[in-house]
Amino acid sequence: MASIGSTIGNNGAGRRVEDEIFRQGRDMRGAGFRVVLLSTLAISVLILIVLLVQVFTDGWPVLDARFGEFWSGTLRSRSSDAKLGISQGIIGSFWIAVFVAALAFPVGISAAVYLEEYAPRNWFTSVIDIAIRNLAGVPSVVYGLLGLFLFVKTRDGNSALFAGGITLAILVLPIVIITAAEAIRAVPSSLKEGAYGVGATKWDVIRSQVLPFAAPGILTGTLLSLSRAVGEAAPLILVGAITDRLAPRGGSALSLDQIGEKFTAMPIVIVGWVQQSGRDEGFSAAAGAAIVVLLAFVILMNSGAVLLRNYFEKKRG
Amino acid sequence: MVNVTPSVPDALKGTRVDEESTTGTGDIQVAVPQTSASAVPNDEPSGDDLVFDVSELSVFYGDFRAVRDVNMKIRRNEITAMIGPSGCGKSTVLRSFNRMNDLIPTARVAGNLLYRGVNLYDDRVDPVEVRRRIGMVFQKPNPFPKSIYDNVAYGPRVAGRKRGLDEVVESSLRKAALWDEVKDRLQDSAIGLSGGQQQRLSIARAIAVDPEVLLMDEPCSALDPIATARIEELMAEIKAEYTILIVTHNMQQAARVSDRTAFFSVELDEANDRRTGLLVEYTDTAKLFSNPDDERTENYITGRFG
Repeated sequence: MASIGSTIGNNGAGRRVEDEIFRQGRDMRGAGFRVVLLSTLAISVLILIVLLVQVFTDGWPVLDARFGEFWSGTLRSRSSDAKLGISQGIIGSFWIAVFVAALAFPVGISAAVYLEEYAPRNWFTSVIDIAIRNLAGVPSVVYGLLGLFLFVKTRDGNSALFAGGITLAILVLPIVIITAAEAIRAVPSSLKEGAYGVGATKWDVIRSQVLPFAAPGILTGTLLSLSRAVGEAAPLILVGAITDRLAPRGGSALSLDQIGEKFTAMPIVIVGWVQQSGRDEGFSAAAGAAIVVLLAFVILMNSGAVLLRNYFEKKRG
Repeated sequence: MVNVTPSVPDALKGTRVDEESTTGTGDIQVAVPQTSASAVPNDEPSGDDLVFDVSELSVFYGDFRAVRDVNMKIRRNEITAMIGPSGCGKSTVLRSFNRMNDLIPTARVAGNLLYRGVNLYDDRVDPVEVRRRIGMVFQKPNPFPKSIYDNVAYGPRVAGRKRGLDEVVESSLRKAALWDEVKDRLQDSAIGLSGGQQQRLSIARAIAVDPEVLLMDEPCSALDPIATARIEELMAEIKAEYTILIVTHNMQQAARVSDRTAFFSVELDEANDRRTGLLVEYTDTAKLFSNPDDERTENYITGRFG
């Protein structure tokens, strides 16, 4: 039995076990690679922290002093106006989220199911696949132009909330399709075979095996795309979201009448206020406060996505 | 529901016979006299006893012929084993018995595969109905991520059955020799069962739809010897009610459990470096393992090849 200090083999000639098996720093490149990875992560986190600190220091005084009024207030021309606030932006963003959930989710998930489970594998479906991937990379302004042309121009130049909602639903549609398709592709074929093997039809298999198994992945993808939609500003500017002043309106914020009206949304409110901060410095603080609120919503939605995914993953065993 | 009964003689008229299957067989490497593939010395099965009548069956993936020359008559309430080296196409053949190969877009079957007199590959045959009558147990236990109860009830449910599920679940689990182990936790997830239990659950799930035939694709290859012994015991018990076809890598298992054995071999086509499987010998198990007609069979079972 070799103990520390003994020699190796018969012709060990003084080479001892610890010389052989103790760490000798051979994996220098591996260690270097690890440092590189760690520093890239550190840079990303650092940038994020700087951003958050900046925004919070700008916006915190507003949230601290008058959160209630800021929440219920509306777009105003002067930052000193006591009624300055984000309620219209919240309403607009809420409805945009509703549009995305109602249009992009069902259409996107259905398209993914078709592509993965029904469509034959041929050059045509390959082209469609590539096209969808490319659409996901098209700049959002282009979707804004599409929205302007399809949903605004045809209606006497009146911008309306539904135009923004549909435009953003179309914007995230490719992302929903891609993530849902990935989740569906990850369903083990053994599950499908097991179901087919006892006489399940294709519909049975999709309903009772494929969709439940893919649910966590589909859900994560769709909710992340929702955050994306709620954070988009450029396409909304093109379809005519209001940036400067929007007359306060009566009626319930949740009433369906809202979708035919002029609108704004949280990112638009922020853009508008930042633009005006050169002329009226108080808007800078207001923009910071609005960013904090928007961030809070996005974090809330993403946490919801994570929790739901965990729930469904647990459920599928 | 497609009428898959022996009393439809014109169902046979639509059979697709591959013309190539009678040619192109002259490239067998081992120079041995070609014996009749179905050289069972005793009676020819017929009538109710004849469940499958396979003749000149070939399976293709695209242009590539994976298996050829399969001629088998499968008898009721017998266990038929399919053995052979890797790549000989025994699983491919097994999966053509309940049209599981349909799930592979390029797979195609030529020749005749008659189930109770009806060609399974007739255009009018509904593969879903075929799979209800001809169930399947897979190599890797594949419980659904559902409760034990829901796993067994899955087949009856998709067949539209709503009442009497408790009885079906219990009797299926009893037949699969799993009832005593799980009766107090039917609502627990099936994923928590051991590998052997999962495989018996797969058997329970397959027999819950009351099939006539069970296809088993190396059902014990992922199991330890004790779990394997249980499955083999179980097969012997349920044989009275089902006709069983089993693919196995394990010759001892084939010798232990089966009544008849089909030996598949594989030959290399030098021209395109592709391997095609073929049925070499199909006879009763005792004869195949003691006194095979074909030299290739003998080489295989004595361990000289494969």
